[in-house]
Amino acid sequence: MLSSMTNRAPAQRAAVRTRGPQRAALRVCAVATTAKKDAAAAPAKGLITPEAAKEVYYDMVLGREFEEMCAQMYYRGKMFGFVHLYSGQEAVSSGVIKLLRPDDHVCSTYRDHVHALSKGVPAREIMAELFGKSTGCCRGQGGSMHIFSAKHGVLGGYAFIGEGIPIGVGAAFKSAYRRNVLGDESSDSVTVSFFGDGTCNVGQFYESLNMAALYKLPHIFVVENNKWAIGMSHGRATNPTLGDEDPYIYKKGPAFGMPGVHVDGMDVLKVREVAQEAIARARRGDGPTLIEAETYRFRGHSLADPDELRSKEEKAKYAARDPIPQLKDYMLANGLATEADIKEIHDKVMAEVEDSVKFADESPKPDKGQLLENVFADPRGFGIAPDGRYRYELPGFTTGTAQVS
Amino acid sequence: MEADDTACVFGEDIAFGGVFRATVGLQERFGQARVFNTPLTEQGIVGFGIGLAALGTTAIAEIQFADYIYPAFDQLVNEAAKMRYRSGGLFDCGGLTVPGLKVVMPSSPAEAKGLLLACIREPDPCVFFEPKMLYRTMVEEVPAGDYVLPLGVARTLAEGSDVTLVGWGAQVLVLQQAARAAAALSPPVSCEVLDLRTIMPWDVGAVTRSVNKTGRLIVSHEAPLTGHFGAEIAARVAERCFLRLEAPPMRVCGADTPFPLVYEPLYLPGVDRVLEAIRASVSY
Ligand SMILES: Cc1ncc(C[n+]2csc(CCOP(=O)(O)OP(=O)(O)O)c2C)c(N)n1
Ligand SMILES: [Mg+2]
Repeated sequence: MLSSMTNRAPAQRAAVRTRGPQRAALRVCAVATTAKKDAAAAPAKGLITPEAAKEVYYDMVLGREFEEMCAQMYYRGKMFGFVHLYSGQEAVSSGVIKLLRPDDHVCSTYRDHVHALSKGVPAREIMAELFGKSTGCCRGQGGSMHIFSAKHGVLGGYAFIGEGIPIGVGAAFKSAYRRNVLGDESSDSVTVSFFGDGTCNVGQFYESLNMAALYKLPHIFVVENNKWAIGMSHGRATNPTLGDEDPYIYKKGPAFGMPGVHVDGMDVLKVREVAQEAIARARRGDGPTLIEAETYRFRGHSLADPDELRSKEEKAKYAARDPIPQLKDYMLANGLATEADIKEIHDKVMAEVEDSVKFADESPKPDKGQLLENVFADPRGFGIAPDGRYRYELPGFTTGTAQVS
Repeated sequence: MEADDTACVFGEDIAFGGVFRATVGLQERFGQARVFNTPLTEQGIVGFGIGLAALGTTAIAEIQFADYIYPAFDQLVNEAAKMRYRSGGLFDCGGLTVPGLKVVMPSSPAEAKGLLLACIREPDPCVFFEPKMLYRTMVEEVPAGDYVLPLGVARTLAEGSDVTLVGWGAQVLVLQQAARAAAALSPPVSCEVLDLRTIMPWDVGAVTRSVNKTGRLIVSHEAPLTGHFGAEIAARVAERCFLRLEAPPMRVCGADTPFPLVYEPLYLPGVDRVLEAIRASVSY
């Protein structure tokens, strides 16, 4: 693929070789775990500035409160289809995405609202999307599982597990291509793909690991290992890695030629530390990283799931590690924020969430013609009839046999 | 599973009963060796099932939602459907319109049981689609014990003399409602309602016999209009019943768009649209 693309520019070919000396310089045997090693030790002071801490805290609280509101609105019948909440996993989204730039990209899953919030998509636009309103970030055409925002670098929520991963790898290729082939030294944007533990048994995950390493792409794989895939526990769906009692996904990185890192996904500062390193590696042109964040969802798989399979003890164990109070305590203890700052953050978040619901509620439904738009680039002949009217306006469209094309 | 000790059921989450609760209690009854969860890997599930079946075992593979059959399409279309043909009859793996695959879609709980048991015993690979909607909306007495319904044989749900309505799966209920509404028109229109049950192979004889009697055909399905199975039925009827037709064969289908989030009712071929087509057909 690379060689065929560079056929027309032989002078530049050397620059895009995947097996250059640079590549050999990166040793990828590193398999690190920060989850076990220093689980007890508090993060070092000075790891984060007060401003950054407040930003991350705001983002996590926003994620939590937004999702609580989603549950309420779902049960009030304001949303369509399945809605999967992220509560409990906020440290992963905030820890990674808050380090990204606007021109970086994120690929998500059906559990995507909070990733989009972290990436800067306004709560209003997401709530309106969930309500199926025309003011939603996808004009009400995507819904809960398909949040996209070109402006904010959200390359989409993917409802089919694993399908966002190669797409993220493709997006990362664009950045590398600009730098290596088009010679734009400033091109150092990165792409991060998020997905779950269960998804790591899908073939596309492995295909993507290989491609990202082969082309040495600025792509970060973030596995949100919340221990469960609907009703299948990780340990029962995945065989332990050789020599281990449990399966470790991060150990699959080195097998494909990239570093693998294990991190406590309930501790946003640790996630941040690991993400910083991975992002810097990607920006330098040193290729991809696989991060496995150990986390937990505080609710059922989706709002339709009665959540009867996970034990009370397990839920309690992770509830005690809730990342939000953890960061709050750390901030207070280390003089990064005062009680008043914390209260202000919570108040602002509540106002933002309330505002998003009001906005979504008051927004109009999409025009009916939208059903026929965006199927093909040119709606004429398809959504639009020869007389210029939308085909849904033709007699018989909704009641008879009139056709859309 | 009682009758065939090689039969195994496997798929995502099926051990606890599956997301539609279709396999509840099976693991307790038949054990973990025969009823088991697979990792999330549709292509793997189908490929695995083909291997199992090729060696003479009865493989019952569940794909959690019909949407996720696409990742498994390669195995279904390129391997399952062609294995017997390619191996010159040495191997087969008896589990769309692909020659070599049978496709079945039931329209009620009792139908589902009989047709599923028929698929399991079928020497050809079968794809069995369970209409999700019926899990929530339909209640029916289901006979206890073992029984099979024939594949490739349509079921006549209502006899009629003016228009033949053809559908399968949940759409059959829409057609029945439309037929009742048509009977209440003035003047009343008498509709014959056929549930195809099996899309591949489909009961050409039953449909053409009916259309030869009524002179009119309306096929209805949720899938988009263009390039879907209604087109095949309309074409075949045009070919076989040409001189008996009083109106062109008509299709009442989903719009040629991705399935929409907000305008589902606009997309779906509901009772009103079918009724409008019935009117258009009789007044052609
Ligand atoms: C290809 C495909 N198969 C099946 C499903 C149904 N499904 C939705 S989420 C899910 C579990 C995914 O678990 P995991 O990757 O651990 O992510 P989590 O939900 O825990 O965030 C499954 C099987 C799907 N969405 N896509
Ligand atoms: Mg999971």
